[in-house]
Amino acid sequence: MAQIKLSNLRHSYMPNPQGPQDYALKEIDVTWRDGGAYALLGPSGCGKSTLLNIISGLLTPSEGQILFDDQDVTILPPDQRNIAQVFQFPVIYDTMTVGENLAFPLKNRGVDPATIKRRVDEIAEMLDVTDMLDTRASGLSPDNKQKISMGRGLVRDDVNAVMFDEPLTVIDPHLKWKLRSKLKELHQRVKATMIYVTHDQTEALTFADEVVVMQEGEVVQIGTPVELFERPQHTFVGHFIGSPGMNVLPCEAKGDRAVFEGHEVMLEGPTHGDGGRTDLGIRPEYVGFGDTGIPAHVTKVSDIGRHYVVSAMVGNTALKAVTEHQVPEPGSEVFLQFNPEQSRVYRDGWIATEERAQ
Amino acid sequence: MRTENQKAWFFVLPVLALVAFNALVPMMTVVNYSVQETFGNNQFFWEGLGWFEQILRSDRFQAALGRQFLFTFLILLIEVPLGIIVALSMPRKGVWVPVCLVLMALPMLIPWNVVGSMWNIFTLPKIGLMGYFLNDVLGINYDMTQQPLSAWITVIVMDVWHWTSLVVLLCYAGLVSIPDAYYQAAKIDGASPWSVFRYIQLPKMKTVLTIAVLLRFMDSFNIYTEPFVLTGGGPGNSTTLLSIDLVKIALGQFDLGPAAAMSLIYFAITLLVSWVFYTLMTKDDAQ
Amino acid sequence: MIELKDATKWVGNVIHIKPTNLSLQTGHFNVLLGATGSGKTSLIKMMAGLDPIASGKVFMDGQDVTRLNTQKRQISLVHQFFVNYPHMTVFDNIASPLRVAGMAKSEVEGRVEEAADLLQLRPMLHRRPHELSGGQQQRTALARAIAKESRAVFLDEPLANLDYKLREELREQLPDLFAGRGAVVVYATSEPEEALLLGGYTALMEDGRVTQFGPTADIYRNPENIAAARVFSDPPINVARITVFGAQAALEGGGGWAVSDMADGDYMVAVRPHRVTPFRTSDADVELTGRVIVTELSGSDSSAHFRHGSDDWVSLAAGVHPYQVGEDHSFYMNPAHCRYFGQDGKRVA
Repeated sequence: MAQIKLSNLRHSYMPNPQGPQDYALKEIDVTWRDGGAYALLGPSGCGKSTLLNIISGLLTPSEGQILFDDQDVTILPPDQRNIAQVFQFPVIYDTMTVGENLAFPLKNRGVDPATIKRRVDEIAEMLDVTDMLDTRASGLSPDNKQKISMGRGLVRDDVNAVMFDEPLTVIDPHLKWKLRSKLKELHQRVKATMIYVTHDQTEALTFADEVVVMQEGEVVQIGTPVELFERPQHTFVGHFIGSPGMNVLPCEAKGDRAVFEGHEVMLEGPTHGDGGRTDLGIRPEYVGFGDTGIPAHVTKVSDIGRHYVVSAMVGNTALKAVTEHQVPEPGSEVFLQFNPEQSRVYRDGWIATEERAQ
Repeated sequence: MRTENQKAWFFVLPVLALVAFNALVPMMTVVNYSVQETFGNNQFFWEGLGWFEQILRSDRFQAALGRQFLFTFLILLIEVPLGIIVALSMPRKGVWVPVCLVLMALPMLIPWNVVGSMWNIFTLPKIGLMGYFLNDVLGINYDMTQQPLSAWITVIVMDVWHWTSLVVLLCYAGLVSIPDAYYQAAKIDGASPWSVFRYIQLPKMKTVLTIAVLLRFMDSFNIYTEPFVLTGGGPGNSTTLLSIDLVKIALGQFDLGPAAAMSLIYFAITLLVSWVFYTLMTKDDAQ
Repeated sequence: MIELKDATKWVGNVIHIKPTNLSLQTGHFNVLLGATGSGKTSLIKMMAGLDPIASGKVFMDGQDVTRLNTQKRQISLVHQFFVNYPHMTVFDNIASPLRVAGMAKSEVEGRVEEAADLLQLRPMLHRRPHELSGGQQQRTALARAIAKESRAVFLDEPLANLDYKLREELREQLPDLFAGRGAVVVYATSEPEEALLLGGYTALMEDGRVTQFGPTADIYRNPENIAAARVFSDPPINVARITVFGAQAALEGGGGWAVSDMADGDYMVAVRPHRVTPFRTSDADVELTGRVIVTELSGSDSSAHFRHGSDDWVSLAAGVHPYQVGEDHSFYMNPAHCRYFGQDGKRVA
């Protein structure tokens, strides 16, 4: 296992990139702790797969360095980096049994048979596949195949990191849950550095200790799931993380207040900077209902089991609120209350309020 | 309980009619000839299985059959591994892909009798480029019109030249369908090039390879035009393959009865061997 | 309205759809929810006339269409994969079914533009499918279904191949897009969350059968059997064994509460993860103590998988709750949210 450091990394698929727009991956600088669980999160085309391929060595970056425990591996090919990777579609060796699949990476490295057997048994036990060890891998269900691909990564104890490239894409939802928990459990047991690439916020947030949110080749925010949810640094993060995402409402801001559709809203702290596009950002979870507040017209109420998602119009702006108990009728007029601790102003997308000193 | 729509059979009818006209009617004629003796004038005498017995016991048939098996065995032995090797070494991406594909397809586009004539002229001593080169430049005694060994080598080299491309193209199709992730995973698992071939490429090529082997077996086992044009079955009877012999009996000697019986035996052997090949090669999947 | 009466589907000697009765109303959003292979696509193909029905009947608006060709049923179908004509522009793609139907040129234009506006495709009308993103391609397919004004629209996991956020946006628009168009909308999905967000009616499918059908939220709250409860839960519903003795339910791993109307015996109790919390929610709460095996922190929620007796439980609660993996923690569950099932899987209380 190793600490992974990406230092001033940039990548362009063009031979002579001119400006920032030519880079598929713009400047990234990050250090990942040994044994941590990390996620790269973003929509398709955000550069997360490029970054993944750079880390695993399938791609050499145009600029910058990759260090594993301070050893520069930037130009090393994949097989010399000791990286394991789990792909979107499960890769298994069809002609081998489950046991042979798991043993394959060790066999190739000339590990002695006794150790191979011990490691394979250990991993099979962790993955709950012990009873399938002697069956042919080609006939397995997709989730079991994906487990075997994970197992091939985990069976080696010399891997620097295990990378996951949208590994749950082909898995049914109820099995997705199980497999995701299994993965989390594995991480808690083997303590390997794991990097998980996905466009699914739930997967990223539940898996990782720290998430890198990317958009158009740029890192927008790096933080723990709680940080990303509680205090997004950019409206993109606010919108992308959370379901439904953060309400982004055009407003004017002055001091520690914002004016939204003619209504004054208290903010978490004073704003800085001025000009540019100014938005008020508040998560639906922090929009409440009361006897006074911002008047709104309820357009739709969705019962999604755990709670209700209320869509409402304030003036000409649509927003959403999440509530468990007070459920308004569609078509009714209500008063909304914004939690000031969770109301922030964003200028040109970036956060422009300061946290009030505790 | 279920009902099924029988309408679909109407759509199959034209094909059935065509197949009947094309295959069943001539086939029945052959069966008819094979159990009778005829001296022309539409006079037939019942022979029973006599012709079959006679053919199976004849040295001539056994020798031709032996040559036929040897020929098929040799060309499969050469073309299949060679086809795999060429397919593996072809580029999988880039501008060279279409160039390679066209080059590979070229020999197969040439009419069979032209292939025979081409190789005939090419290998003739003194006249042909290859014949001249081997004899007069390298000093190797080579003459396929006189020496059985030269003739055999020429027939086989010609077939390899003509048909290896088929194996190549089929294998290539199998290879390009393998997702990159498999190669990446193998790299990460530290697999050697041999392991990549053995555990990824070969299993993924298996289906197309089965088809390739079957096609090559059937085609080579029934081969006629090219060797006939090239050597005419000679020198002597050294390259008289089963089909050449069959034509000699049927048209050369007009022995329709024996020829018909021989055709049926020939057909049965082809069918039987194909079935054995197929069962053996697809056995694993059934498990 | 689409009705299936004792409809079955066989492939060779294998039954794919067991005798099914289902009645889907015009103007409603009907969701078919089930795992891959449960028969959603088969059922859609039967209704659309793409797959033959072995026995039973299909009615559309009271008319028996069992033997009617797909072409004559006036339906639209949108697939999981983006199916558009690659050589046609977006405009022509949307217009193609209208032209086939022989509609006047001016009317075609009006309809296409209306559909394009609804799906924000106006700027892309003259591009070809390969110049579009996945989301735009799928919107084109949806626009074609809308412009056509069919009696039934079948959407077979139309969002499965899109990014999470894109899915969220399009999913929100979907019920509105088809509202008031006089079509029966049938939407197949394997994601319970999607069924809830779409609302309307839901048919739960398992193993070639519709196990329960009704208004989506009702079904979610009142599953008729344990299979339905399992299919319609994300995260998976907690299921544990209980023994009832003298109107008192007891979990194998400890913890008990009073129940009514249940005879003594062994039962299964099902309770959703968000009803098992690390804090008390009411005085009636039952305390469960278990060893935490895995924890997941998603920013807005915390979940813990813990072992109670020999059962695995999942707790899901809003906010951040620090759990120590391998340690014992206390969780609370209000018995009011429990659903009880007999050994045969049928709901008893």
